[in-house]
Amino acid sequence: MTTKDFDVIILGGGITGAGTQRDCAMRGLRTLLIERSDIATGATGRNHGLLHSGARYAVNDAESAEECIRENMILRKIASHCIDETDGLFITLPEDDLAYQQTFVEACRKAGINAEIIDPKLAVRLDPAVNPALTGAVRVPDGSVDPFRLCAANMLDAKLHDGQVRLHTEVTGFIREGDTILGVRTRNLQTGETEEFRAPVTVNACGIWGHHIASLAGVNIGMYPAKGALLVFSHRVNQMVINRCRKPSNADILVPGDTVCIIGTTSTHIPFEECDNVAVTPDEVNLLITEGSKLAPSLSSTRILRAYAGVRPLVSADDDPTGRNISRGIVCLDHEKRDGLKGFITITGGKLMTYRLMAEMATDVVCRKLNVNKTCETAHKPLPGSEERSYEQVARRIWETPSMAQKAAASRMGTSVSRIGKLDRYDNALVCECEEVSVGEVNDAIERMEVSSLTDLRRRTRIGMGTCQGEFCACRAAGLLAKARNCVEKERSDLADFLQERWKGNFPIGWGDTLREAEYTQWIYKHVLGL
Amino acid sequence: MKLQEYTESRHNFEECMKCTVCTAYCPVLQVNPLYPGPKQAGPDGERLRLKDPWFFNYALKYCMNCKRCEVACPSGVRVADLIQSARIRYDHTKPKLRDRILASTDLMGKLTRPVAPVVNGVTGLKIAKSAMDAMLKIDHRRTFPKYSGRSFEAWLRSHEKEQAAFPKQVAYFHGCYVNYNHPDLGKDLVKVLNALGVGVQLLDHEKCCGIAMITNGMSEQATRHAVHNIAVLKKAVVDKGLTVVTTSSSCTLTLREEYPNLLGVDNSAVHDSLLMATRYIYERLEAGAKFRFRTDFHKKIAYHVPCHMERLGWSIFSERLLRMIPGVEFTLLDSACCGIAGTYGFKKENYEASQAVGEPLFEQIRSVNPDIVACDCETCKWQIEMSTGYSVINPISILAQALAE
Repeated sequence: MTTKDFDVIILGGGITGAGTQRDCAMRGLRTLLIERSDIATGATGRNHGLLHSGARYAVNDAESAEECIRENMILRKIASHCIDETDGLFITLPEDDLAYQQTFVEACRKAGINAEIIDPKLAVRLDPAVNPALTGAVRVPDGSVDPFRLCAANMLDAKLHDGQVRLHTEVTGFIREGDTILGVRTRNLQTGETEEFRAPVTVNACGIWGHHIASLAGVNIGMYPAKGALLVFSHRVNQMVINRCRKPSNADILVPGDTVCIIGTTSTHIPFEECDNVAVTPDEVNLLITEGSKLAPSLSSTRILRAYAGVRPLVSADDDPTGRNISRGIVCLDHEKRDGLKGFITITGGKLMTYRLMAEMATDVVCRKLNVNKTCETAHKPLPGSEERSYEQVARRIWETPSMAQKAAASRMGTSVSRIGKLDRYDNALVCECEEVSVGEVNDAIERMEVSSLTDLRRRTRIGMGTCQGEFCACRAAGLLAKARNCVEKERSDLADFLQERWKGNFPIGWGDTLREAEYTQWIYKHVLGL
Repeated sequence: MKLQEYTESRHNFEECMKCTVCTAYCPVLQVNPLYPGPKQAGPDGERLRLKDPWFFNYALKYCMNCKRCEVACPSGVRVADLIQSARIRYDHTKPKLRDRILASTDLMGKLTRPVAPVVNGVTGLKIAKSAMDAMLKIDHRRTFPKYSGRSFEAWLRSHEKEQAAFPKQVAYFHGCYVNYNHPDLGKDLVKVLNALGVGVQLLDHEKCCGIAMITNGMSEQATRHAVHNIAVLKKAVVDKGLTVVTTSSSCTLTLREEYPNLLGVDNSAVHDSLLMATRYIYERLEAGAKFRFRTDFHKKIAYHVPCHMERLGWSIFSERLLRMIPGVEFTLLDSACCGIAGTYGFKKENYEASQAVGEPLFEQIRSVNPDIVACDCETCKWQIEMSTGYSVINPISILAQALAE
């Protein structure tokens, strides 16, 4: 029987929620995480995946910069299998003021960021994709981080510490007695089942949707939804993160993430109603290509895979129309102190980068309320998969001569790859050919990572994220999922939904090879498979 | 909205639509489960290798570089180039002595020429084959090409004056095989071209095209050869305005395509002037030149298209020329790889795969039972002769035989 009483309920399955659940669970609390959709569906999965060094904030927001570099160094240790230590460049282009470089480097050093001015020629040698017209370059410890993997690893670890997770479950209201929140009422969006869960403390970690959750609880947080659009290019053009050395602006970060690279972002204020369905506009695509090509000229002729947008959960302080000047700082609200509402706290603002610190802050408040005296251990206990830093060594220990797919699995799963180490030929067969995901890896995700659809599976394994955008892997993965759940009919509609979701990202950049590929996918699924 | 006008990528790997036609056409994949196949080794693997060179997979060495994947690809992806260039970039294992010996075709030719009869005798001996098998891992079941006592270059130099007398001139890139193993093919070419009123010149000291070096991990040496050869070819093409003809489809593909695509050596000045002799001859005939054929030439000929000839897209010229000969009963063999792929099949570890790849072709040849198998590639010739017992002759030599004296 499922326990319906917990010490703490965390709302939101983004990185902040997952991180908070892990921290709470590691401190011995009985935790439940509730997420309306799947993990990492909001801002967590809709950003650059940039492991900030903090340099971007150094000049305007010293506090954020310091937080970033501290967390940057921590994540390299505790989440190594989610991180690619690429380093980053801040380049000055002829149209930028080279004098800014000095201000920038000084601010970085003050924040504790190792920023080193290097010869522009060296920058081109380090990363040949860099615009050769650059007049200045600074090297910083940027990197890239896979937000899906990071979020899943936090959720997994919380589960290993007896945490419970309810995905695809919506909060319909709070159980309230006077000025105290006692729990939540929920409805499962897949089955329609309604349930009640009770806990002395509820944490609102819903990102931009936290605005709505807070209002359900009867309190108001002045949130400011700022949309950011990004483009995914089909392969890694650059080997290092490339930034512009100027005041933060649009489309000035190019991040090499896993097998792709991502240019972003824009910043536009949008109404709350649009947060559930953000679309990328032609103007945004134009801007991203144009500005991106200034960082790396080859982007203008590189195949684009997808366009997507996320909504930053900013907490507004002034009337800045773009949201660029709002602090990216962490906001942790104890509503008992702020609004006289007991048993309810909100953790928001911040960044993917600082999720662990946010989780620590929120968990500290939770523990204080519950009179639990345990210290936070998340800064040095590695996440499951990150017990060892080098995936090369991990792979070599398991396989004498690892195949490309086995190497790819090791790079994604870290030490957890040992779970699929001794599989037979069937399990080593590929599901996703672009990203080299095997049957074994997919089945492992289905078994332990709360997968209820192909889209969920994608976030955990990268199936469908490669060049063909699900053309080949979707039907294979659907077969595995149907087998695991013993339900073919449901899988049919899931498959259609998945392909529709892939097309949504292709549509704004639907030309050239990506359009050709989408057309081909349509032939296969519609005309050959009769979907 | 401003769309991207075009997209481009190294060897077009981003143009891959994942249709997997290349995989269906790969001869290696059908016989060797260790090989990941052209799609995975090529465009799919490229994205991972760009992430981290560690993803390079040594199983890529099983690629024969036959280029059938490229012929099959409807999207113009240079699949085999992707695989070979990945090997060049990421495979830093030193080539073995065996591979160096196999790849150094012109050095071996130079060394053996003075003692050709001895070498020919020895390489035919069982005991020598067993020794090479044991020491070098060159399979003992292979038959080795014979070396000639006098090089083709020496022969043509002795005929320089009479060749210069012809009103029209071409230069001939003869390659190692004609020079050291089979000068008769070169002489046949001279005879055929002379019959059209065309004289043949040597290049100013050509070197081996380097194809075997590329596939045996000696790309630096291959690049040196490429730079030398392009300089020599420029003298003929740019300075003298000559067309350069060849009789080996693999040398031709290397000079025309592998130099710029794999070795990064610019050949644009000579590219369009480098032709297989059959294409050159066909074009001369189209322009009005005429052959006088023997009337008593009656042969059943089965034409095998070498893989690199498929890649060039020029098999039609050889085919047309052979069909033109009165008295020829012509069969075009199914498009298939013979399995030798240059030095690939000589290696002990590849022998079984090599023979398995070629088996359907051998089977068809046996059932057609021709007098002659025609083929533009010397290594296909060795493989088919060894595996079927049928004699294999270059279309140029067949033309030479069929011409009236």
